[in-house]
Amino acid sequence: MSKFKSIFSFLYNNEVRAFLFQLLTLLAIVYFFYAAVDNMFANIESRGIQTGFGFLEAESGFDIAEYLIDYSSTSSNLTVFYVGLINTIVVSVVGIVLASVIGLIIGIARLSNNWLIAKLAGGYIELFRNIPILLQILFWYNIALASFPHPKRSFEFFDSIFVNLRGIYMPKPIAEEGFVWIVIALIVGFVLKVLVKRHFNKKHDETGVETNTLAYSLALIIGLPAVVYLALGSPLHFDYPMLKGFNFKGGMSLSPEFLSLAFALSIYTATYIAEAIRSGIESVTKGQKEAAAAMGLTQKQSLKLVVLPQALRVAIPPIINQYLNLTKNSSLAAAIGYSELVSTFAGTVLNQVGQAVEIILMTMAVYLTISLVISLILNIVNHKMSIKGR
Amino acid sequence: MNKLLQLSAASLLAVTGLSANADTLSDVQAKGSLSCGVSTGLVGFSSADSAGNWKGLDVDVCRAVAAATLGDANKVKFVPLTAKERFTALQSGEIDMLSRNTTWTLTRDASLGLNFAGVNYYDGQGFMVKKSLGVTNAKDLDGATFCLQAGTTTELNLADYFRSNGMSYNSSLSDTSAQSKNGFETGRCDALTSDQSQLYALRTTLKDPSSAIVLDGVISKEPLGPVVRQGDDKWFNIVKWSLNAMVTAEELGVNSHNVHSKFKNPEVARLLGQSGKLNDYLGLDKKWGFNIVSQVGNYGQSFERNIGKSTPLNISRGQNELWSKGGLLYSPPFR
Repeated sequence: MSKFKSIFSFLYNNEVRAFLFQLLTLLAIVYFFYAAVDNMFANIESRGIQTGFGFLEAESGFDIAEYLIDYSSTSSNLTVFYVGLINTIVVSVVGIVLASVIGLIIGIARLSNNWLIAKLAGGYIELFRNIPILLQILFWYNIALASFPHPKRSFEFFDSIFVNLRGIYMPKPIAEEGFVWIVIALIVGFVLKVLVKRHFNKKHDETGVETNTLAYSLALIIGLPAVVYLALGSPLHFDYPMLKGFNFKGGMSLSPEFLSLAFALSIYTATYIAEAIRSGIESVTKGQKEAAAAMGLTQKQSLKLVVLPQALRVAIPPIINQYLNLTKNSSLAAAIGYSELVSTFAGTVLNQVGQAVEIILMTMAVYLTISLVISLILNIVNHKMSIKGR
Repeated sequence: MNKLLQLSAASLLAVTGLSANADTLSDVQAKGSLSCGVSTGLVGFSSADSAGNWKGLDVDVCRAVAAATLGDANKVKFVPLTAKERFTALQSGEIDMLSRNTTWTLTRDASLGLNFAGVNYYDGQGFMVKKSLGVTNAKDLDGATFCLQAGTTTELNLADYFRSNGMSYNSSLSDTSAQSKNGFETGRCDALTSDQSQLYALRTTLKDPSSAIVLDGVISKEPLGPVVRQGDDKWFNIVKWSLNAMVTAEELGVNSHNVHSKFKNPEVARLLGQSGKLNDYLGLDKKWGFNIVSQVGNYGQSFERNIGKSTPLNISRGQNELWSKGGLLYSPPFR
C-alpha cells in the first residue's frame, strides 16, 4: 500500500509531472514529423517520382545570365546552386550597405530642425514603406526598361561607361605585375592615417587645439598609392566595353535586373532603418543633448559623440531584423529574372528535374543559414555596443 | 494515442493531396467538374476571352475529356499555371490533367511521375525578331540577347543550339510569356525565343505585329501534349483516347455538324457508341465519343477555330495535318 502511495506521490509531484508532459509533447511532435516525412516519401516513391540528391551531379544544360564563378551549360546542377547562392549574397550585401546609408541619412533628416528636410524625409518613409516590395521591384524594373535607350543609342560617359537597357557597361580593371605594391601602399596609407589621427586626438586632449586632418588623410590614402602607381609605370590597364554586333562586349556590366532589384530593396528597407534610427535618437534624453551643448560641443560633434552612440544601441536590434528581411526579400527577384537562388535553383533546376522536396529543402536551409549568420554577427555587435555595467 | 497521431498525420497529408492510388475518374465524376491546368494566357492555345470563357487548342482537349467523362464539355475548372508551377500542380493532385503546351521529353515522362497522353500539337522552337534588325536566319544571332520563359525546354534548347554552333548569347528570363513579350517590345532583348506556335500567338499581341517576323526554321522538336499523373492507367487511357477520338473523327470525316446523321462506316459507329462496347473498356458512358465530337468537334475543327487560317494567328496545318494528308497526326484505330 505504501509502495503504491509513493508511486502516486511521485506522479503527483509537480516537477515530475511538468517534465513528463513536456517529454510526451516533444515525443508527439517528433513522431508527427517523422510520420509526415515518411508518408511523403512513401507516396513520392509510389508515384514514380525520382528522389535523392543524385540530380546535383547531373549536367544543368541551361545558361545563366549572371555568374561570378565559372559556369556554363555543361556545369552541374550543384554549380547552379552555388551561382544562385553567390548572386543572392551579392545583391543582399549591396542592398544592406545601401539601405544602411540611406536609412541613416533619412533617419537623421527626419528629425532635422529644417521643416522642408524633415517633411521630405517623412514623405519618403510613408511612401515607400507602404507599397508592397514586389510591386516596387516590378515598378523600378519596368521604369528601367522604359527609360534606358537601345544599345546603339547608349548614354555615354567619358567614352568608357555606357548605359542602356541591357545594363551599365564599365571598363574592367586588369591588374598587371607590380599591382600588389599599390595595394600595399594603400594599406600603409591607411595605417599612417590612423596614427596621424591618433596623434592629433592626443594633441586635442592635451592642449584643446583642434586640427583638421583631412589634408593628411587625402595625401596618405590617395596620394601615396598614386605616387607608387606612377613610379611603377601604371601597372593597370582597362578592358573597355565595345559595341560589337548586338551588344557591348568586354568590360564589366551590371544588368537592369540586378540594378532594379538592389535599388528597390535598398530604398524599401531604408525606410524601416530610418524609423529605427529615429526611434533610437528620440530615445536619447534631451538632457544629454543639452549637456553636450553646455560643454560647448557643436551640433555635429554632439550628434557624432553623444547622440548616435547611444541611439545606435537602441536601434541595432530592429535594424538586424531589417537586414534579415532584405535578404529574404531578395528571393522576389524571381519575378524579374535576376539569377539568384530562387529563380535559378528553385526555379529552372526544379522545373528540369522535378524534385521539389529536395530542392526546396536545400533552398530553405540556405535562407535559414544566412539569416542565422547575420543575426549572430549583429548580436555580437549589439553585445559590444550595449551599456557595460560600471 | 499513436494510432490517433498516425491518422491525423495521414489525413493532413491526404488533404494536401499526397494520397497515393487515386481514382481520378471517380473523383472527377464525384466533383462534377474536371480541373484542368492551362497556361496563364496564350492566345490560340489557352486564353480567357473578355467574358471569362477559356478558348484554345489546349482548352479543347480539356473540354473533350470533360465531354467524355461528364457528358458536358463546359464542366471544366480551368487552373492557369506558369511553366514553373505546372508539374507540381499535377503531381500534388491540385489538377486532374495538364493541357498547357507542354513538351514531351524523356526526363519529364520518366522522372516526374507523369505520363504524356499523346501529342495535340507538333511544334519546334523558333525565333522572333524585329524586322528592322535585318536578321533572316538564326545563325545571324551570334551575340544577341534573348527573352525567354524560365523553366521551359526553351532554355535547354537555346543553350544546346548556341553551344553546338560555337556562338554566344545573353538571356533575360521571365515568369510569363506576357513578360517576355514586354521585354522584347521595350528592347531588353533582340529576339524572343519560344515554341513557334507561341511566337505566332505573341506576335498578334504586339502593339505593331507587322514590326516583327518569326524566322523560318526551328532548332528543336517540341511535341506538345496533355499530361496526367502516373499510377492511374484508367485515367491515362481516357485522356489518351479522348484526344485520339478528335483525331479519328477528322480522319473519318465526322464533325460537330454531321455527327447526328447516319454513317455506314463501322468505325464511325464504334467511335460514336452506336455499336460495340469500347466505352466499357474505358469505363465511360456509351455516348462519350458522340459527346466529344458534337460538343467540341473534331481536331481539324478545333485547329481552324483556334489557330487556323481564319484566326489572327494564321498557322497552317503543316506537321499537324493528318498522316493521310502528309502530316504527323495518327491515331491508333478504334477497334
